[in-house]
Amino acid sequence: MLKATVYVTIKESVLDPQGKTVQGALQKMQFNEVSSVRIGKYLELELDTNDRAAAEVRVKEMCEKLLANTVVEDYRFELTVVEEG
Amino acid sequence: MNFGVLVFPGSNCDIDMFKAVRDVLGENVEYVWHTETDLSKFDCILVPGGFSYGDYLRCGAIARFANVMEALQKAAAEGKYILGVCNGFQVLTESHLLPGALLRNNNLKFNCYQTVLTVENNETPFTTEYAKGQEITIPIAHGEGSFYVNDEQLAELEANKQIIFRYKNNPNGSVSDIAGVSNKAGNVVGMMPHPERAVKDILGSADGAAMFKSVLNAWREQHEQKVSR
Repeated sequence: MLKATVYVTIKESVLDPQGKTVQGALQKMQFNEVSSVRIGKYLELELDTNDRAAAEVRVKEMCEKLLANTVVEDYRFELTVVEEG
Repeated sequence: MNFGVLVFPGSNCDIDMFKAVRDVLGENVEYVWHTETDLSKFDCILVPGGFSYGDYLRCGAIARFANVMEALQKAAAEGKYILGVCNGFQVLTESHLLPGALLRNNNLKFNCYQTVLTVENNETPFTTEYAKGQEITIPIAHGEGSFYVNDEQLAELEANKQIIFRYKNNPNGSVSDIAGVSNKAGNVVGMMPHPERAVKDILGSADGAAMFKSVLNAWREQHEQKVSR
């Protein structure tokens, strides 16, 4: 089995008011080194396949069609082998 | 004229939309459950506000794949009149029937109050009853209504007269104060403010009623042309 770990982030050109607010809160707590916060989504997909090349194509399609809105979001993913137990 | 109001699990402005059509126009209006696959009987399809599928993943992202959406794509291509309000607007952008995307309000608040809009384009089927530049009062009620397009797409919207309404006082950080847009052909319109909640003075404003009257007139004109041929 494979596991796809998908990260969806707001494009650099798009404002992230949530991230800005969290940054403000961190700075208020004296974490002054935080110069920027961007909030995104993290998804774990378990795939019933061992075919890495095919999974690569399929997960990309999932991201383009549903998991990310490519008008405002970027995505990247990693595939890892999961030991069946 | 036949109106259909789409209903997804989590829609909550469907009844307002239904009653706006019935009370303002007295035309036939029906609810259409998201499992329906045929919209051919309807002349105008209304996609109401709410929180379809709990807004999971992104607003409108899951609704986009409901069975009824394929029929909606077909209806849009046929030139039928389609109006998406609030979550309905989000569903239409996710479906790529309308350009852009709706992001979280820049002040992170759920904004729920009357707004003044300027009518930028009064030549769409939904806006002919307004004057160009007219200021109308329509309420908003959303947390994720900040309209986004990049500079290039914005120029395209301007050039094609696809910007239909602008906020007088931008409540959410929308690019270029945009409150509502149309597709290139003009038959599909989406907006964050709720015209269906502004159809009688007792509701605080009756300025939204003209949108429903506009589309009835548009349909009648089209229909009469067909009859006289």
